[in-house]
Amino acid sequence: MPKLIDTLGNLVDNAWLQLPKDATLDHVVQSSSKLVLVPCKLWLAEKASLLATGKTFGLWFDSDEPVGPINADLALLPLLALNFPTFMDGRSYSKACVLRQQMKYEGEIRAIGDVLRDQLFYLKRCGFSSFDLKDSVKLEDAQKALKDFTTNYQATVEEPVPLYRRRA
Amino acid sequence: MYRYDQYDRQMLQDRIAQFRDQTRRFLAGELENAQFLPLRLQNGLYVQRLAPMLRVAIPYGCLSSVQLRKLAHIARHYDKGYAHFSTRQNIQFNWPKLPEVPDILAELAEVEMHAIQTSGNCIRNTTTDQFAGVSPHEIEDSRPWCEIIRQWSTFHPEFAHLPRKFKIAVCGTETDQAATQVHDIGLYIVRNFTGDVGFQVLVGGGLGRTPVIGQVINEFLPWQHLLSYLDAILRIYNQEGRRDNKYKARIKILVKELGVDVFRNKVEAEWQYTKDGPNTLTENEFKRCKAFFTDPVYDTLVNDDAAVSAKLNSDIRFNNWMERNVRDHKQIGYRIVTLCLKATGAAPGDLDAEQMEFVADLADRYSFAELRVTHEQNLVLTDVKLVDLPALYDALQREHLATPYTGLLNDMISCPGGDFCSLANAKSIPIAEAIQRRFDNFELQKQIGEITLNISGCMNACGHHHVGNIGVLGVDKKGEEFYQVTLGGSSDRQAALGKVIGPSFAQEEMPDVVDKVLQVYLARRQNNERFIDTYNRIGIEPFQEHVYAKAD
Repeated sequence: MPKLIDTLGNLVDNAWLQLPKDATLDHVVQSSSKLVLVPCKLWLAEKASLLATGKTFGLWFDSDEPVGPINADLALLPLLALNFPTFMDGRSYSKACVLRQQMKYEGEIRAIGDVLRDQLFYLKRCGFSSFDLKDSVKLEDAQKALKDFTTNYQATVEEPVPLYRRRA
Repeated sequence: MYRYDQYDRQMLQDRIAQFRDQTRRFLAGELENAQFLPLRLQNGLYVQRLAPMLRVAIPYGCLSSVQLRKLAHIARHYDKGYAHFSTRQNIQFNWPKLPEVPDILAELAEVEMHAIQTSGNCIRNTTTDQFAGVSPHEIEDSRPWCEIIRQWSTFHPEFAHLPRKFKIAVCGTETDQAATQVHDIGLYIVRNFTGDVGFQVLVGGGLGRTPVIGQVINEFLPWQHLLSYLDAILRIYNQEGRRDNKYKARIKILVKELGVDVFRNKVEAEWQYTKDGPNTLTENEFKRCKAFFTDPVYDTLVNDDAAVSAKLNSDIRFNNWMERNVRDHKQIGYRIVTLCLKATGAAPGDLDAEQMEFVADLADRYSFAELRVTHEQNLVLTDVKLVDLPALYDALQREHLATPYTGLLNDMISCPGGDFCSLANAKSIPIAEAIQRRFDNFELQKQIGEITLNISGCMNACGHHHVGNIGVLGVDKKGEEFYQVTLGGSSDRQAALGKVIGPSFAQEEMPDVVDKVLQVYLARRQNNERFIDTYNRIGIEPFQEHVYAKAD
């Protein structure tokens, strides 16, 4: 069973239907879901038609797809999902930071794809707000991992003030 | 030296608990090999030819005697009684057992040491000049800046899965003993016309398969902006560096492909978002870090001593050692002493547990209980009184640590090579030893003068062969080990990459090849030219002609 958790490790319902990378407008129209997570390419090509369906949209980005082009649309998008084709591909960490720090996105940023226990703590610090865990990850392990460290040095999305400005 | 407070300690304890659990899951079969791999690498653990190898960080080469004793203890109890100092100022244990590694890390934490980010595709141990803080020719002490970078880079959540490894060097001296220009980021500490401190920032240097000298992207970065600027560089690299080909994944390839001006513009644009934000360094933080690197309480001394002068006149070996291994200090009556770990017959950079403890005792007695590790794989006692030099020398002599070859031919850099490393194409240590045996004669070494000879067992260039005046690279030719020779490399302020002299050589030819290269140099040098100066003047052809000349 896929498990979706938030930054506190709580299980959350996943009401979104995620469409594959090659999805078309027809897929969206035919789907019964009200909440649709579409590939960012489809959004960029068919934004007006998608909006005309009256559904609510989230976008998902593969690791090599930039988030910059949707800057003007952020208010329309309650969910952005960043894919990890492999957990070794670290591009989405920077993308989440860019979304939060530069584009000031305040909606949900979800980690999807090869999302493993040992990434969770860093993902959280970079501004991800939910994690679509791989099947193999045990829920209680993931909850533990979100508390791997009690303190950190850097200025990040989660803690914008670096430790050197907070040291007692 | 920097000392941990409760925050640093807590983070280290958290890390040990985390890694202990990761190791447990791996051994229990809950974690796949491919998933454990980057986790163990970011804890310095490689799986090598014969056993795992654990690389322990020595932040910017600063080491206390207490820490060195702990390393000796680890070598003795968890390993085979010795360890190897690397060209990144780190130390490597070649035979630890995986289930015991969490215990080793716990022992290291007792003395504020760790193996964090000593491997893997992340920001590695920051390195610097081994004479920082004591050199008479210093612009600014680099150690506080290194510590600031260490904290910024440790567990940086955004940059733990970079396209490839990432190395930063900081240099605050005129001479540059840190090979700054062949790092992913090189930082030269500079002062502007009003006397303010800042950094000249170089990017895209590196060795490995495609050696490149770094290029300047910022002539003067005010120190307050150091971390936000580093963040900006890393963020561009993390997103745009190539991930399709491991050999093209370093930042040097990105900088080359974009061109340095385009890369600079990208960094500047990125930087605008964080410049002057919360990550702007404060005067307080600089002072806090600086306070860990204040001078020890020096005695008021003079710069000559009758007993030292007498021994210089009567003991030629002491004289040799003084000439090569002892350097001027910024403080009158003190000297900087290099312990050249290149005794003929010992693997370059190796030290056994007894020697480590012995050196730790000497540091206690003669040098305020601190040492440095150099990227040339030597150790340094930074604050030795001139009057103590005869006693120190006698002690070193007894333990075979008074090899008087610092900066000379036999002070060669060598990676562990095919005897240990699973990446190597060829052995390195036997080549180093064969050359050392051939030239193990102080008068001959002195006649040759200052020269660097660097040996790597493969293209990854851990032995920095590209920047050796003479570089030796192990290559595999249809299953046989051969050695390619380069000339003219240099890693100082005038950094240069060596040129390949011609077809590679068999192992047994190597001492003769080096000998022929040196014959050309000695025959052609003018006045007291160093090897590199002669090479730069006459070029590679005369060397090629002599080395490849057919015997009549």
